[in-house]
Amino acid sequence: MGDVKCAFIVQKPQYKGETSRLAITHAIAYQTVEILLEDGDTVTPKLCFIGEGVLGLQKGQNAMDVYGITSTESHVKNCLLVDLNVLVCKEDLDKYGISEDSLPDADDMGADMKIQVVPFSEIQKVLDESQHVLFF
Amino acid sequence: MGTLTIGCFPSIVGNMGYDFALKLADAAVSKGHKVSIWFSGNATVSVKAHQKHLKDYSTAEKYLQALLAKGVEICTCEACTVARGIQKTEGIEGIQWNAMHWYLAKIHAADRVLQIGGE
Repeated sequence: MGDVKCAFIVQKPQYKGETSRLAITHAIAYQTVEILLEDGDTVTPKLCFIGEGVLGLQKGQNAMDVYGITSTESHVKNCLLVDLNVLVCKEDLDKYGISEDSLPDADDMGADMKIQVVPFSEIQKVLDESQHVLFF
Repeated sequence: MGTLTIGCFPSIVGNMGYDFALKLADAAVSKGHKVSIWFSGNATVSVKAHQKHLKDYSTAEKYLQALLAKGVEICTCEACTVARGIQKTEGIEGIQWNAMHWYLAKIHAADRVLQIGGE
C-alpha cells in the first residue's frame, strides 16, 4: 500500500482540552508505526495548527512547574526532532498578534526541521494531498 | 466491502459523540464492512468492566461486547487508560491495549477514517 499521507488539523488551543495535545502525540507515533506495518508501508502525517489551534505554541512554557505535565513546547520540539512537518497558519498567528519569532525551534536538540509558518492556502494543499484528514 | 477506522476521543458520559461512534460502528459492521475503533483521551474510561447501566447515563460495556462479538476490533490507548486509574486487569475482555501507533496502522489500512474528537 506504500505511504499514506495524513493531515492532523489542530483547531483548539493547547491546554484548554486534551485533544489538541493528543493530536501532537498521535502524529509523533508515526515514528513507530512501522512495527505494525508491512515492509515498505509508511504513514506520513503533517501537523497543522489553524484557528484557535495556534494558541499555546509559544516558546518559554513552564507547564511542568505549573501543571506538572510536559509542555506543548517540548512536544513541538520533539516533532521537529523526528522530522515531522509542523505547519502553523500565518493568517491566524497574525489575527492573534503572535509573532513568528515567538514559536519554538529545536536547534538545541539538533533538529533540522523548523516550524513552517505558512498561509492557509498551503494548509489547504496539505488537506488536498492527504488520504485522511483528522480534525482535533 | 470497505474498511472503516474510527478514532473516538470523547467520554462516554457527557458527550453523545461516543454514542454515535458505537452506533456507526455497529451499522457499518452489520453491512459487512471491516471496522476498527481506537479509544483515546476521555473515551478510554469506557473500557472498564462491570459498568452499571443507570438509565440517566449512557453506558458502553454491553455495546462494546456486542461489537466485539461482531468482529469489530477495539483498542484503547494504554497510556490514556492507566492515567485514568484503570488497569488492564479491570478492562473489558477482548478489548486490546496498545499505543498510538495502533491507530496509525489502522488508518494506513483504512478506506475511510472518522475522527471523533473530544471536548
